[in-house]
Amino acid sequence: MAYKILVMVKQVPDTANISGEVMKPDGTVNRGKLPAIFNPEDKVALELALQTKEKYGGTVEAITMGPPKASELLRECLYMGADKTYLISDRKFAGADTLATSYVLAAAIEKLGPYDLIFAGRQAIDGDTAQVGPQTAEKIHLPQITYTEKIIDLKKNKITVQRKIDNGHEILEGRLPLLLTVIKEAAIPRPFKAKRVMAFKNAHSLMELEKIAESNSLLYVDDLKEEYMAQNLFIPTITKDDLDVEQARCGLAGSPTKVHKVESVILGSSDHQKFDPTKEGLGRLIDKLMEDHIFG
Amino acid sequence: MHEVWVFIEQRAGKPADVSFELLSKGRKLASELNGILKAVVIGHQMKKVAIETGRFGAEEVLLIDHPTLKNYNTLPYARILSELIDKHQPRIVLFGATFIGRDLAPRVASHTLSGMTADCTDLQISDVTYLRKDYSNILLQIRPAFGGNIIATIITPENPVQMATVREGVMEMVPLSKPIQPKITEIPFKPEADDQLVRILEQYQEESKVNLKNASIIVSGGYGMGSKENFQILYELADILGGEVGGSRAAVDAGFVDHARQVGQTGVTVRPKLYIAVGISGAIQHRAGMAESNKIIAINTDPEAPIFDICHYGIVGDAMEVIPNFIDVYKHKLK
Repeated sequence: MAYKILVMVKQVPDTANISGEVMKPDGTVNRGKLPAIFNPEDKVALELALQTKEKYGGTVEAITMGPPKASELLRECLYMGADKTYLISDRKFAGADTLATSYVLAAAIEKLGPYDLIFAGRQAIDGDTAQVGPQTAEKIHLPQITYTEKIIDLKKNKITVQRKIDNGHEILEGRLPLLLTVIKEAAIPRPFKAKRVMAFKNAHSLMELEKIAESNSLLYVDDLKEEYMAQNLFIPTITKDDLDVEQARCGLAGSPTKVHKVESVILGSSDHQKFDPTKEGLGRLIDKLMEDHIFG
Repeated sequence: MHEVWVFIEQRAGKPADVSFELLSKGRKLASELNGILKAVVIGHQMKKVAIETGRFGAEEVLLIDHPTLKNYNTLPYARILSELIDKHQPRIVLFGATFIGRDLAPRVASHTLSGMTADCTDLQISDVTYLRKDYSNILLQIRPAFGGNIIATIITPENPVQMATVREGVMEMVPLSKPIQPKITEIPFKPEADDQLVRILEQYQEESKVNLKNASIIVSGGYGMGSKENFQILYELADILGGEVGGSRAAVDAGFVDHARQVGQTGVTVRPKLYIAVGISGAIQHRAGMAESNKIIAINTDPEAPIFDICHYGIVGDAMEVIPNFIDVYKHKLK
């Protein structure tokens, strides 16, 4: 059976490496200055999808909802081994919270699918909510398995999965089609193969081709598009008009969660009692702790 | 009347601590709304747990009891909650941010079109003006973001049902001196074929080897300890003091100490009588997990380490010398 597999991926600011230059004087983070990276758990999800394809047969496609820059992420998916990628991008999708994001992703999946298996990272390092996976599954009426640690078996339309739970794990059997969210520990993403990088480094979205045409009066976008499509280097962009969605449910307008305020964390400081690192100093500390009724 | 609901999570019939912590918080929220606190219990043979929710202030329990619901399963649990919420429109629904909660809550929120904030560190009721519109008595969903460098207050003002998830240990469990006898409302459940699209074949669970939450003394090591071997003296000290060993995220990531002992925003939140931070710099994410400790001792070679800003007693020194001395002096004094 050839499984049609989809992976949902996200480009995120590298929140793990917030250094001085990225913090503004008022203490807030300058998102624009943070380098954008492949959300780590999504990369693991893609790896697991590729392993599944290699073991059981099928195709792996990747989608991302993001600004035009997100096509960089899709190229990386191609380098890793994805067969096809789609960029879901429209100004009207901007500012989306998890509900509005899952709404658009679900609509895209309805259009591009049906898929037998959908993989997603458990959570993104910017929002940290772990909500988009389950919310997308709900909207497309698929069962879900979260915290996937391992794919144990895949036979016809049944998948056996190891799921992490507190202090242990469960072995679950699910019927396809199904959505899985994947945790970091599930796999180590493969490095990009030079051959695939060479083959796909020129894969471009329409907006990127428009930029190329702009800078060279001898080039026309339509011709470029045809050329790139013929060479399998064209990354299709899906906009709001391509989907069966209501504007009121997309982007900021379709996001029930609103950020009321944001405060930088001001580390409070108070005086403390100092003790010498000597035996005498420690003796005095322990005496104090006994006074405090912590000891004895 | 406004309703505040708390989903009571259970495994093998045992309720999760976080659910009782949320009942305690839910009680405060319900009182501020002049509303009523209700618990939602799903499982099999859960009557005792349903009654126990009264110890934390639940005035009514929606009990859905069926043999097929014994173990958590996404589809039926999500269906039950979605239908109940559609019907009763509680103002607030709270879930623990656990393996179950993070599987269940987003799916329900997607159905009810509620906004939901995950991993809240605080919840408050307040009047808010947002984009020049006034809203009264809405839920402020407060949580850190961007690696803990900012605190965000999130609201879902346009939605009748506000949802949030909260990690274990963040809210305090406060049993009532006089437990309430909650009204138990049994809700009938009819299993559907789709419920078994995913089923559990096997389950492996070990008893937690570490119980940091209930430790009254915690000796915690950070990246400054330098190695897994160096952690040994912390275990010695903890042993003598009758405490537990904890670690910062950096120490866990470096492999010095087990993940189960991680204290902090993405680990466990603790409030021990005494917290000894050894070789811990005191980053915001760590402080979030221990700042409410009764007494904090900081031991660090760097006098500028932020940990000294929140400690009660500070020692600038090398852990590998200070801790053995501490052990000696302690043994001597308490002979």
